[in-house]
Amino acid sequence: MASSAPDTAPQKTRERLAEATILFAGDSGDGMQLTGSQFTLATAYARNDLATLPDFPAEIRAPAGTTYGVSGFQLHFGSVNIRTPGDEVDLLVAMNPAALKVNINRVRKGGSVIVNIDSFTQRDLDLAGYDAHPIDDVLRERYQLFEVPLTKLTHEALADFGLDKKQMDRSKNMFALGLALWLYSRPIQPAIDWLGKKFAKKPDIRDANVHVLKKGLHFGETTETFTTQYEVNPAQLKAGVYRTIHGAQAVALGLVAASHQSGIPLFYGSYPITPASDLLHELSRHKHFGVMTFQAEDEIAAVGSAIGASFGGNLGVCGTSGPGVALKGEAMGLALMTELPLVVVDMQRGGPSTGLPTKTEQSDLLMAVYGRNGDSPMPVIAASTPGDCFWAAYEACRIAVKYMTPVLFLADGYLGNGSEPWHIPNSADLAPFEVTYATKTNRVINGEDVFLPYVRDEKTLARPWAKPGTPGLEHRLGGLEKQAETGNVSYDPQNHERMTKMRAEKVQRVQQDIPPTTIYGDAEGDVLLIGWGSTRGAIEAAVDEARSRGQRVGAIHLRWICPFPADLQPIFDRFEHLVVPELNNGQLVRLLRDEFLLPFIPVNKIQGQPFRASELTTKIDSILGTT
Amino acid sequence: MADNNQDNNNPKGKKPTLPPGYAPKAKKPTLPPGMEAKSKKPTLPPGMEKGKKPTLPPGMQPAGKRKPAMPPGMKAGPKGAKPAMPPGLAGGDGAPSRKDFASDQDVRWCPGCGDYSILAGVQRLMPELDIPKENLVFISGIGCSGRFPYYMNTYGMHTIHGRAPSFATGLKASRPELDVWIVTGDGDSLSIGGNHLIHILRRNLNVQILLFNNQIYGLTKGQYSPTSERGKVTKSTPFGSIDHPFNPIAVALGADATFVARTMDRDPKHMKAVLKEAHGHAGTGFVEIYQNCNIFNDGAFFEFTERATKSDRAVFIKNGQPMVYAGGKKGIRLNGFSLQSIDLEGGDWSKDDCIVYDETSMELANIVGRMFWQPDLPRPFGVFYRTARPTYESLLHEQIGMVTNKQGNGDLDTLLNAGDTWTIG
Ligand SMILES: Cc1ncc(C[n+]2csc(CCOP(=O)(O)OP(=O)(O)O)c2C)c(N)n1
Ligand code: SF4
Ligand SMILES: [Mg+2]
Repeated sequence: MASSAPDTAPQKTRERLAEATILFAGDSGDGMQLTGSQFTLATAYARNDLATLPDFPAEIRAPAGTTYGVSGFQLHFGSVNIRTPGDEVDLLVAMNPAALKVNINRVRKGGSVIVNIDSFTQRDLDLAGYDAHPIDDVLRERYQLFEVPLTKLTHEALADFGLDKKQMDRSKNMFALGLALWLYSRPIQPAIDWLGKKFAKKPDIRDANVHVLKKGLHFGETTETFTTQYEVNPAQLKAGVYRTIHGAQAVALGLVAASHQSGIPLFYGSYPITPASDLLHELSRHKHFGVMTFQAEDEIAAVGSAIGASFGGNLGVCGTSGPGVALKGEAMGLALMTELPLVVVDMQRGGPSTGLPTKTEQSDLLMAVYGRNGDSPMPVIAASTPGDCFWAAYEACRIAVKYMTPVLFLADGYLGNGSEPWHIPNSADLAPFEVTYATKTNRVINGEDVFLPYVRDEKTLARPWAKPGTPGLEHRLGGLEKQAETGNVSYDPQNHERMTKMRAEKVQRVQQDIPPTTIYGDAEGDVLLIGWGSTRGAIEAAVDEARSRGQRVGAIHLRWICPFPADLQPIFDRFEHLVVPELNNGQLVRLLRDEFLLPFIPVNKIQGQPFRASELTTKIDSILGTT
Repeated sequence: MADNNQDNNNPKGKKPTLPPGYAPKAKKPTLPPGMEAKSKKPTLPPGMEKGKKPTLPPGMQPAGKRKPAMPPGMKAGPKGAKPAMPPGLAGGDGAPSRKDFASDQDVRWCPGCGDYSILAGVQRLMPELDIPKENLVFISGIGCSGRFPYYMNTYGMHTIHGRAPSFATGLKASRPELDVWIVTGDGDSLSIGGNHLIHILRRNLNVQILLFNNQIYGLTKGQYSPTSERGKVTKSTPFGSIDHPFNPIAVALGADATFVARTMDRDPKHMKAVLKEAHGHAGTGFVEIYQNCNIFNDGAFFEFTERATKSDRAVFIKNGQPMVYAGGKKGIRLNGFSLQSIDLEGGDWSKDDCIVYDETSMELANIVGRMFWQPDLPRPFGVFYRTARPTYESLLHEQIGMVTNKQGNGDLDTLLNAGDTWTIG
């Protein structure tokens, strides 16, 4: 309500923080993802740097109150450079005992915990599997505990709105949001505007939610429970225009940008799979860019349709996750045999098999590099942050077309769902992306002008791209081995060896397009961390931490894993220990050992969660013998 | 192609032989082993004996009779079907001829393989279609049939086993102006690629599907296929196959195909006519082509294709025409929901009692399309079903056009800057 705060409002202390990590957790039906993303939006308005980690169960609505139904949204924000969703949580908002049970260990000692005390009945405790009441002296001593009757307060606030109990219950996340916004001095208007849009057609629900949201804020202001309000100054981001962006969104925009800049229509074939479906959802909204999306009957049809579209001169792309990539193997082999451009996006998740569908992992790397029959090299590129997904997707398309090759683009669930402030590029600043289709014959044989589909460009080894519909360039492609130049079927042993090496050499030539490797931190020293993909934030945060303690540590982050950049050896030579952190059981480390024959040290985490920077500094300490 | 030294199930030299279970001595074909029991002729109720015209209560004329024939000149082609070239326009000086569509590659099928006549038929048809050669694309899967595109001097793609429809879908959806043909085998389309087949049929891309059915896996040297009859003895079924076979026509109808037809390698005229109809159809033109694999399944269809038995064992359905065969001596009538072969010479029955075929009737197509292994009934050939339905690619581009009209051509910078943005510095 817009009523003015009573004169008796308690005096609050204000404290300025450099950074904070907040985690909203509740039942998957409690609207935690929504609460988290609204807090993110407000934080973007407060001009902080930020990183998010949504963490939800594989089941859509697991039985209410159980630990396996807990959905969480973690957000790390600050006036300083934010690289990870936060190692430790400063404020946990737990909507029920299960959420408390699952997440309490992530809260730092002395951190704050807000619980919805209304949902701590015996039945709730039983569902969460607590033998004794969790809110005891130990908990109170270890954390700053706030027991807030969220359900009751929401019901009271909505007493005059004529809603039924269920409808009122659904609004309690808005009370929690309002309270959290107040606690960190975030603006409330973005959430109000958002509710206005979302419930434009249901004004009574909109008004109820806005009312509860404000009540939550006022509760923080007026109740004596909360004595401190925090402030976080704007971050010193590079000048420019920003928005928050999810990785999935960024991949979609990168693909649209590639299509737009090259003038090649985008064809996206896909079969729904977590966490890649959002890419299909996003792209299917951009039809006015000429984007064709095709929800295929399975992943094989998805990749087949993309290759068929590429044959027709389009930019064929298909997105999926690990199980889908496994199904696409044979068709990817065809794309590299027929030397057609194709981008396969792999939003990795925990594997093998169905694995951990909603958790993140980097365990598809070896499949990406090797997972096809025959000697079948394919460029592999990996994005390192949600915003970087845009650039990596754009680059994947550019290379696929320039070298006439399928490209595997690796992202993961953490990147896909995670978000960060994104410095919006100007379309004029994007790398040039030109395409030439073959229009003329390219050889004279016996006095006759002919088109040979496997004559190669000297620099890139790419073959010409002749679209059906071009008179005089009729040719046949296929999976049978090709005779050099003519592309005719050939079983000649020498030719097969020559073509196999040619295909490998072509992928190697992508090195020409890889910019020099930059080293983060010390350019020489004791430890070099070598990472790829979504671990970049944690790795660089660990480098900062280690260097602040006087250790000589640097890091490089590989964007291209196949081929490796050409300048790695001299960098490796300048460090004593070469450490390879990965969210898998050791994959990049094998590729590096194979290529460089050096004693790379693996650091592995396989828990469906990103690295914490502290896990890496601990490892650095143990390698350097400092603990 | 397949190694000629491989043993085959039907030794050559006695052509035309009948497929197993159709030994000539039996005169009337028997069913393959394992299928006899079920198909034993049922004893008919009195007054319903074969060949006798039952007296029907008034107003209960057989369905086939009630169906009106199409008015003359009203070929049931859907709207938007491409008109064939008027006679005389095709061929001639400078106009493309059959050999313009032959590539320079040696054809490597086994001598005597039915694939040759299909290739020749397609190459002969091409000049009549008035499609610029550069707009023709042949897309195949894997199998002997899969080599087809290499022999056509058009654009082509030999893809992977069973998945040709998905490649064709991507190409046709993104390039609707191209004329796309899918070439597939019975294993390719009905076993490993069954999923893709049913989905392309339901989506109704405007492409042609030529299913080369030889009731065997040719390229892998003679295992039974999803269309092989039960009891079939092959390398992988030394004691006879226990798999129930698919009837491809029924599969296509079940998948809501908009054009369903069957023809045979040994009847080039019929094949060409059917292929032309399929091509003229604005939607997926599904054509099952009985194709003899003379190495691993020789004579599988001889009872339908060879002169000695063809007229008695094959019925050529024509829209608006009564279903008659055996040189007009026999016909097919509807008896309740069942089909019955009737003798048109005995005096009890006449042409008027036969089903007048209506290719726009899904019900009729489902009944006639199901004529498969019944010993008393001939095998139908021709166009079973044809209906008009918007094609996938037209709907796709219509929708893109609609959204673009509403939102204007996409502007990249606007897209990048969408949502809540803020400026620093
Ligand atoms: C993924 C895969 N599995 C198996 C094969 C082996 N294979 C090639 S063709 C074929 C069967 C072909 O039978 P059909 O489609 O009837 O074609 P036909 O050779 O009879 O024309 C098989 C099993 C393959 N090429 N690819
Ligand atoms: S289908 Fe049979 S006859 Fe024809 S090429 Fe294949 S194996 Fe030979
Ligand atoms: Mg076959």
